Amino acid sequence: MIPLKPVSSRRKAALGLSFFALFVLAWGAATFGGFVSKTFLADPLTMLREGWALFAQHGFARDVAITIWRVVGGFVLAAALAVPLGIAMGAYKPIEAFFEPFVSFARYLPASAFIPLLILWAGIGEMQKLLVIFIGSFFQIVLMVAVQVGATRRDLVEAAYTLGASASGVVRRVLLPSAAPAIAETLRLVLGWAWTYVIVAELIGASSGIGHMITDSQALLNTGQIIFGIIVIGVIGLVSDFLFKWANQRLFPWSLA
Amino acid sequence: MSKLVIDGLGRTFAGVRGGAPTEALRPTSLAIADNDFITVLGPSGCGKSTLLRIVAGLDAPTTGRVLLDGAPVVGPGADRGMVFQSYTLFPWLTVRQNICFGLRERGMAQPAQDEIAAHYIDKVGLGGFEHHYPKMLSGGMQQRTAIARALANAPKILLLDEPFGALDNQTRGLMQELLLSIWEAERKTVLFVTHDIEEAIFMANRVVVMTARPGRVKADVPVALPHPRHYTLKTTSEFSALKARLTEDIRVEALKVAGLAG
Repeated sequence: MIPLKPVSSRRKAALGLSFFALFVLAWGAATFGGFVSKTFLADPLTMLREGWALFAQHGFARDVAITIWRVVGGFVLAAALAVPLGIAMGAYKPIEAFFEPFVSFARYLPASAFIPLLILWAGIGEMQKLLVIFIGSFFQIVLMVAVQVGATRRDLVEAAYTLGASASGVVRRVLLPSAAPAIAETLRLVLGWAWTYVIVAELIGASSGIGHMITDSQALLNTGQIIFGIIVIGVIGLVSDFLFKWANQRLFPWSLA
Repeated sequence: MSKLVIDGLGRTFAGVRGGAPTEALRPTSLAIADNDFITVLGPSGCGKSTLLRIVAGLDAPTTGRVLLDGAPVVGPGADRGMVFQSYTLFPWLTVRQNICFGLRERGMAQPAQDEIAAHYIDKVGLGGFEHHYPKMLSGGMQQRTAIARALANAPKILLLDEPFGALDNQTRGLMQELLLSIWEAERKTVLFVTHDIEEAIFMANRVVVMTARPGRVKADVPVALPHPRHYTLKTTSEFSALKARLTEDIRVEALKVAGLAG
């Protein structure tokens, strides 16, 4: 192997898939071979069977839909408020000086630790789930967007001024388009984190959703269902990530080689 | 009457972390006539870019002032077009959209914008590249677009800060001829900063030589070579004589910058 030498796309796909195969193989060997107790780890076939049963008998599709709605709802709410604030902070230094210290502090407050408080405030309904995701996403997005807008190349800003741009023209026509691909990338990243918050929110005080199904299955020692639930989350995450990447490539063709 | 008056312009930068302040530009005066092409020649770090940035309104002088058509310069504006050494095309805009940036900013109608853009695209020889993004262009093509973008705004004066500094020698020669041919056709007032002696002579009607830091005007040399100029001019004896003289002037300053002056 030569450092940094690229691999062909076919070989790359083959290598990527082979690790998945190896992983399932090792899992199968551990469970079918009797090295691990079935109580603690279901084998791959049981997991698939349980997964099928979840959809066919337990209405799991509804849980999946509810979880997706919570993630998207909380995330969209957070992004709709955080992106404009981040842009304002990145562009205008007094606004940044006003908010930045608090946002930096709030960013480290763990969203999951708010769950007991949010249950007190908002009960165990949908609002509480959305708020967990909102708290977990909002401060992260604000801070990253502010940094990205603030990192706009100064020579581009100067060029705009010499072309007669006003201060607001510079924000609209230089800072925004310049930071747009990085902002989209931030949203993709934070959406991934939002998925972990929603499951945590659903593990405590929920009566529906993938996380709720996982806690139920734990009570029944059904590790096949738990693993299936986890894999479903992974697949949905992968799909949303793929959609985001695809959209970014379509929206910002100029930022690609 | 002078188009641009630089009157006792000085710039001192505050010291970093309590250090001594740096005097980049010692109070300098200069008058530039309408339709003239002036090059400012000096070694690196002589304050020539600082001078240009103050004229552009991107930096404020410590002392003195700049007058354009008799009105003081207080900030950047569309009446002074600028071409930077670094590639400053907006990467998210195509060649044509880049050229239209200033026109759009002042709310010109799209058909009028397109007409002006087409004129300058043709002028800088970028026909067929209107819809390319900057990333897809060579360095020379990017700087040609930057020149077209500055000219499309119809500025009173064109400021160029070592615009060809990052280009290879051959491209640089071609770009000089291109800019010169545009100037010969339009006679726009130009202030062109460079550290390249040959470039300074070839382009200018007047070469202003600057000293090492703190920068000030060391010599003001008229270039009486006829227009239109052809690249073969660079091998004539008049050109060589001028080059020899300026080389001597600049060498002394470069030695000072390098700390080798004895």
